[in-house]
Amino acid sequence: MFFPISHTEIHPVYLVVIGFVIGVLGGFFGVGGSFIAGPALRAVGMDWNFAVGTDLAHIVGKSVVAAKRHRALGNVDLKLGLIMAIGTIGGAELGAQLIERLKRAGNVNLVVSVVSITLYVGISAFMIWESWKTLRVQKQRSAQGHAPAMAGEDHSAFTHVTHAIQRWRLPPMVTLPVSGVTISLWVIVAVAFVGGLCSGFLGGGAGYIRMPSMVYVLGIPTHLAVGTDLFEIIISASYGTFSHALKGNVDILIALVMNTGAAIGAQLGAISTQYFAGPKIRLAFVPLPLIGAAIVIYTLITGHKL
Amino acid sequence: MRAKQKGQLWQALRAFAFELMIYAVLVIGYFFAVLHFLGGWLVHLEQQHIRTYAFVAVVLMIGQAVVLELVTTFLLRLLRGGRSE
Repeated sequence: MFFPISHTEIHPVYLVVIGFVIGVLGGFFGVGGSFIAGPALRAVGMDWNFAVGTDLAHIVGKSVVAAKRHRALGNVDLKLGLIMAIGTIGGAELGAQLIERLKRAGNVNLVVSVVSITLYVGISAFMIWESWKTLRVQKQRSAQGHAPAMAGEDHSAFTHVTHAIQRWRLPPMVTLPVSGVTISLWVIVAVAFVGGLCSGFLGGGAGYIRMPSMVYVLGIPTHLAVGTDLFEIIISASYGTFSHALKGNVDILIALVMNTGAAIGAQLGAISTQYFAGPKIRLAFVPLPLIGAAIVIYTLITGHKL
Repeated sequence: MRAKQKGQLWQALRAFAFELMIYAVLVIGYFFAVLHFLGGWLVHLEQQHIRTYAFVAVVLMIGQAVVLELVTTFLLRLLRGGRSE
């Protein structure tokens, strides 16, 4: 089927299936799924600037569904989400401006490909190390007679770094009763800004960097990080969609078709989080950015569509 | 206990299959409604009124998501006797 806005030929079933898969992953991990959606759109011949903008638009819809479900499960810290939105919007605008510069320079596809591969592989490597270490410590604890971690409980091997960041008392300090954390406003805004920058530059809600950052840097429990991230993505991805649409980077027809599959997948993913403990959710997250990186590498090396 | 779990799984699978059928109908409806009726208008907006197009894009995405979520929640409640999950 030909989509006239982006001048791309894509089968609608492909879009619905991609939307469904991303919906499940997004609902479960609290991510926009751009590490799959961006490369998947690129793989069928869409330019990166359109893949980034269209992916953002589809993520708005999917995040509304998943965040609503997570809110019903008590997994959303509204105060944290609203504060983060400020930093994210600033970062997203900078990212969109960088894309514009690269578009004019004519090397947007190469630069975004290389940056995305580096980031996806880096995140996966870190999360393998952290989750594996946490699970090993838990195994040792249970061997010593301590009670094993239940679904919904959260432990991290990175806790000492998180505590060091939380001890950094740069005013104003913000107390987050829902998450049980008191932290400097600037740390929250900085984490959100980096996430926004990745969102505007690489597309999607940038949950692949924001969700781990919320857990490891801010010390938010994984389940709350997943739900809050989705709530925050609604705001930032809406802004990103508007900004990219103004620059002619959004094919809304493609995004609408993708969202029909994503809506059902997002609900399934959100409900599934109830049955897993934090480190297991994080470990299961690891292959996702690697899949995205593999698709980008394939497209970059061969120069062909999948 | 195992029979109860099996019953719950069967009920969940049945609900999921039913949802998929409903979504298939919705998706087909979308191809006709959005792509055929709104398609031309959206292409025109994108080429001639980019600001309106940007605004409409966000509203359409949120609107579609809210409607789909309401439909799914209603169906789940209907299928699972008043419980949404």
